[in-house]
Amino acid sequence: MTADEQLTLYYWMQLTRAFDERMLAHWKQGRGVGGTFSQRGHEAISVGAAAALGPGDVVSPMHRDLGAFLLRGLTPREIFANLLGRETGPTRGRDANLHGMSALDRGIIGYISHLPHSLPVALGVAMSFRYRDEPKVAMAFTGDGATNTGLYHEVLNMAGLYNAPLVVIVENNQYAYSTPCRQASKVEIISGHAAGYGLQTTAVDGNDVEQVHAAACAAVQRARAGGGPSLIEANTLRMLGHAVHDGAEYVPRELLAAWEARDPVSCYRRKLAAAPATTDRLDDIERRCRQEVEDAVAFAEASPWPDPSTVTRGVYAVAQEPPEG
Amino acid sequence: MIDSTFGFAGADEAASGRELTYIAAISEALREEMRRDPRVLLLGEDIGGDFGGAFKVTRGLEAEFGARRVINTPIAELGFTGMATGMALMGLRPVVEMQFADFISCAFDSIVQFAATAHYRHLGAVPWVVRAPSDGGLRSGPFHSQNPEAWFVHTPGLKVVAPGTPADAKGLLTAAIRDDNPVIYFESKPLYRTMKGPVPAGEHVVPIGKGHVVRHGGSLSIITYGAQLREAVAAAERLATEGVECEVLDLRTLKPLDTEAILSTVRRTSRVLVVHSANQLAGVGAEVAALIAEHAFECLDAPVMRLAGLDTPVPFSPPLEDAYRPNAAKIYEAAKALARY
Repeated sequence: MTADEQLTLYYWMQLTRAFDERMLAHWKQGRGVGGTFSQRGHEAISVGAAAALGPGDVVSPMHRDLGAFLLRGLTPREIFANLLGRETGPTRGRDANLHGMSALDRGIIGYISHLPHSLPVALGVAMSFRYRDEPKVAMAFTGDGATNTGLYHEVLNMAGLYNAPLVVIVENNQYAYSTPCRQASKVEIISGHAAGYGLQTTAVDGNDVEQVHAAACAAVQRARAGGGPSLIEANTLRMLGHAVHDGAEYVPRELLAAWEARDPVSCYRRKLAAAPATTDRLDDIERRCRQEVEDAVAFAEASPWPDPSTVTRGVYAVAQEPPEG
Repeated sequence: MIDSTFGFAGADEAASGRELTYIAAISEALREEMRRDPRVLLLGEDIGGDFGGAFKVTRGLEAEFGARRVINTPIAELGFTGMATGMALMGLRPVVEMQFADFISCAFDSIVQFAATAHYRHLGAVPWVVRAPSDGGLRSGPFHSQNPEAWFVHTPGLKVVAPGTPADAKGLLTAAIRDDNPVIYFESKPLYRTMKGPVPAGEHVVPIGKGHVVRHGGSLSIITYGAQLREAVAAAERLATEGVECEVLDLRTLKPLDTEAILSTVRRTSRVLVVHSANQLAGVGAEVAALIAEHAFECLDAPVMRLAGLDTPVPFSPPLEDAYRPNAAKIYEAAKALARY
């Protein structure tokens, strides 16, 4: 990996972190709308995986994958506007926080709360590529908790059966809301059962962006070449609560401290800063990210609310429906 | 075999003399749309090969279109319905076969949460069709006889259709496949091979959202759909011999309801009986009755009456199932009482 490629990964991780911190501050000031979800601890997974995709590929992130939304083309402005329920967000105020943020023109499929419901949809996307003989790949994210659902297993079974060009990223952050993995399943290595369905599987350190990226690149290449689906289990710890309201008192403090020392963003900065002459570039990236986020907040706050008279608009696709607004 | 024209066939249809069973009309719609549009493909359990599905609706389609377009799935309704949503978001037009409408509950989550909300949330069109073989009278018990249309009528973002004739079976399925929204297509199993009628050859589209008055009469209106249409018409013919002339309105589409057709028939007859096989409580009949109460109260000479399935699971044993579901004899009695009110 070249220095420029490394700095690009760092930029997306840093943008995700800067956005996340600014978002949390906004909510703590009481200026948020509804709830929202911190990304802290997930930056290396969402960025490292999504960076493996090429033009025309489709990604279906979840609510911890701000990095993937950003990297694949939603702007900080659009996302902050969505958080604040404004007309300028990708859901025009229809869907909350990081939910529903689809941009099909950019190959992004937004998610719904019902994890892992993005997985069968992403499988369908992958099957549409097969149907049209397009050398494209679909990537979908889900969490450890959702691996206990029946749907997860239905999808893995069909992905293997149809040899679909699908890459599944399981973000094992050790907690499904307040329930630790060990209280939800006897399975210790989540990627294990995927192998039984015929997927290529691997488990990686989800705090090491280069490790995630390398595994994702291999999986994407395999899928694109017709080699079938893969599943990557990326291990991390959710560093804050399930959502902003949740203090996560149920997570042992010593566990948090151990993972804080392995923070994906600051560890990567330390690694890159070891090379001569990169410190200035890293500082530069951080400044630029802060500016982009401040610009996004200003844009979102200045954006109009959706017009209540349009509340019934958009329930159905209607060929002749006039554009909104 | 019962003639589905109910004496009101169009001149062209009658002239062509071409008749199909209800089930053959469904198969024809699938075949013609697959020939017309390479984006149309089929998904479902046991639908491929020579087997062609539990009811043989898709027999011969894999031979013509290949396994790429006729995809046999594992028993995973939730998974393959979600898969259809992903295909549809990418511009394909999957038609999903539920082996029985009863099994649609397995896929409920993906239908009502993901597919139905996608366009409202992010303007992502989901042009799929889920075919749901429904209704009873076939002694198939609680899990192969259901009519779960009300769940989907209650879900914003879906369209719901329920043809009651072979011509409408073809025309509504064609319209559903061409529609840019998710459509649940309730096909009536009891009509599959027991109803035959004229079906236009080639292009035949019945617009979604339009009811159809299949019989005119001034004494009262029977509003119905699906398999009960045949029962309602039989009851109306019997009543006509006694001087009671029923207007029979076939809703054909349950979502969006043809409000104008409903209110028009009320204004003509001032008496309404709503009939459906699904159980009565909070069913489609309740919505029809509420619409009439809100918008045509002053036209009524009698309370709106409903005749529907009982609020029980669908029972198996013939005397129990006959007690459960409406039929021509029960409609005759209910309509006669309403006419005298």
